[in-house]
Amino acid sequence: MMSTEFLIQTRENIDEMKDNAFQLTQAEAPGKEVLLGWLRQMLLIREFEVRTMQAYQNRLIGGFCHIYIGQEAVAVGSIAAVNPDDPIVLAYRDHGHALARGMDPKYCMAEMFGRIGGCAKGKGGSMHMFDAEHYLYGGHGIVGAQTPLGAGLAFATKYEDEVIKGGKSSHVTLCYLGDGALNQGCFYEAMNLASLQDLPVIFVLENNRYSMGTSIERGTSMAHDLRVKSEAHGIHHAIVDGKNVIDLYKDFKSIADWCREESRPFFVEAETYRYKGHSMSDPRKYRTKDEELVEESNDSIASLKNYLSEEYDVASDALKQIAQQVKAQVKQAVEWANNSPETPMNELYKDVFTDHWGPYAGTSKPEMLDEGGA
Amino acid sequence: MMAVATAERVIEFRDALNEAMSEEMRKDNRVYLLGEEVAEYNGAYKVSKGMLDEFGARRVIDTPISESGFAGMAIGSAMRGLRPIVEFMSWSFSLVAADPILNNAPKMLYMSGGQFGCPIVFRGNDGAGGQLASTHSWCVESMYANVPGLKMAIPYDAYDAKGLLKTAIQDDNPVFFLESERLLSTTGHVPVEEYTIPFGQALTRRSGTDCTIISFGRPLHFCLEAADELAKEGIECEVIDGRTIRPLDIDSMVASVKKTNACVVVDQSWSFASVGSEIASQIHACCFDDLDNHVFRVHSDDVPTPYAHNLEQAYLPNSRKICEAVRQATYNA
Repeated sequence: MMSTEFLIQTRENIDEMKDNAFQLTQAEAPGKEVLLGWLRQMLLIREFEVRTMQAYQNRLIGGFCHIYIGQEAVAVGSIAAVNPDDPIVLAYRDHGHALARGMDPKYCMAEMFGRIGGCAKGKGGSMHMFDAEHYLYGGHGIVGAQTPLGAGLAFATKYEDEVIKGGKSSHVTLCYLGDGALNQGCFYEAMNLASLQDLPVIFVLENNRYSMGTSIERGTSMAHDLRVKSEAHGIHHAIVDGKNVIDLYKDFKSIADWCREESRPFFVEAETYRYKGHSMSDPRKYRTKDEELVEESNDSIASLKNYLSEEYDVASDALKQIAQQVKAQVKQAVEWANNSPETPMNELYKDVFTDHWGPYAGTSKPEMLDEGGA
Repeated sequence: MMAVATAERVIEFRDALNEAMSEEMRKDNRVYLLGEEVAEYNGAYKVSKGMLDEFGARRVIDTPISESGFAGMAIGSAMRGLRPIVEFMSWSFSLVAADPILNNAPKMLYMSGGQFGCPIVFRGNDGAGGQLASTHSWCVESMYANVPGLKMAIPYDAYDAKGLLKTAIQDDNPVFFLESERLLSTTGHVPVEEYTIPFGQALTRRSGTDCTIISFGRPLHFCLEAADELAKEGIECEVIDGRTIRPLDIDSMVASVKKTNACVVVDQSWSFASVGSEIASQIHACCFDDLDNHVFRVHSDDVPTPYAHNLEQAYLPNSRKICEAVRQATYNA
């Protein structure tokens, strides 16, 4: 019933909606300690990615590898705005979200090294970070494929809360996508279903303006006004600053609270920029150095440091100390990954099926879950 | 309802499917059904008739024509432990959902290192329905059976339809359940009492000493017809219903071939890189010294499914083709 009213209202107020996609009730900015925690997370992601690139160049990491540097504020600010047990699903540029969600960097690094200590025992690699304890339902390698999965996770939480427990829907799912996924059909099917079923899922578009080497203007119609993509399905849209973690958090908190309360989907466009190439093999000839310099001069980590200095008088020594701690933590993660044994041959036929039959050897959990689990 | 004695109760194949789903949904509220026309329309083929009334719109869910979307959505929900049954009106339409059903469901457990399984059933009509032409007549078994991580069942009669589908719904892994529109109205004995049929156990539908015929699903009808015909010529065939393609009960098939020393595989999909070629290869490897002749295969012809009635009949496996293959395999041609 709610969805029908919503759709009618949307159509009647379409001009008004275009003036302002969604009236956000601004959440409060968090205090100093929380901000220092976010800075630590963003620094951790950046340092982790620097060491990932080194390891890749040293051939310790194989396959496709996508670096998140430049976009750190999006993962940190949005994940901070939801509860720890709200599901998250994402695309293949996934290291940053895994760390922001709380995965120990050593498991993330070991996964890329293809070792038994990895979060998926070395069976998934860079594009497939999963962490059941942290409700992280994977990075997914096929562009857009995670969007119906995100609708499904939201379907599941709503079904669990309402049908199984007989209560009120109380979760919200974060489903991340890049601008390349805007051109995949399954994303529109996912939005249509999410709207029809009143699913509490936020489709988080990390608009870094390039799908591999194709600028959004070349690949996406109506790139100047992406709200039309979700409004066609009766889904609200908002644009958030992907370079400012505080503003992004405040917007996200309001949106997440609204989705949770109303059990409705949302489409959030975070304007951001990836400093590095699409993957490790990308020479970035499709954009100019000047453009990159302009983008890098508006850096989310530098901005947060400035804010902490100016608003809270955090000394530069204190900031340096955090950076050093993070460096040491990532160094240890690399060492741990390097010392983790190669995934043993008896894993080859494990996790194909849950049961034992024929050559299939059942399933077992990764070491990562042993530590945190019962 | 209770008055009907077990041995006497005869129901349609479609009702056996309905009972399997309804019983499992009563037992486990994590099980739900979704697909095109499954709820208010009572199912495009009436398989889910009455289920909306019993379980309500939260558990029997009409979807738009959006296979990639709703298959993917169901998979996402299965990652959290729900147990969806996804009805494809036709497996032909599953092709637009190839990415979720082949890339996500069967690989999720592996790619997550054992963290997230996918307890899901995809079910619907497979194979030629009757003059539907090529895009609507897909036999997907050979193409999809190539993928590790999924199980695949093909029931032949009402009893198996219910017992195999209950096993599929209880399984913690993705199951591709291939029904035939041409079998939905057939009737068979189905006991009132609870039962399941384990996967990977072939059934001997006719015993014989001269030639083993192996098949799955609807073509078994033609295999049994051919066996009757051949018996008149003094050729006694053993007809084996594989029931599930993954797991494949090759042991039962091999045991039969070791007895008959001749084998014909009947597979309604195309011949190239097919279930039939796989079984023939395994029989050749396991029964090399027992075979009096190579394994013969009967498939649909290697062309798109034609619309014209006469061409379609000529194209599909039929008892004439099976008889011919058995005569050749047993040097009676």
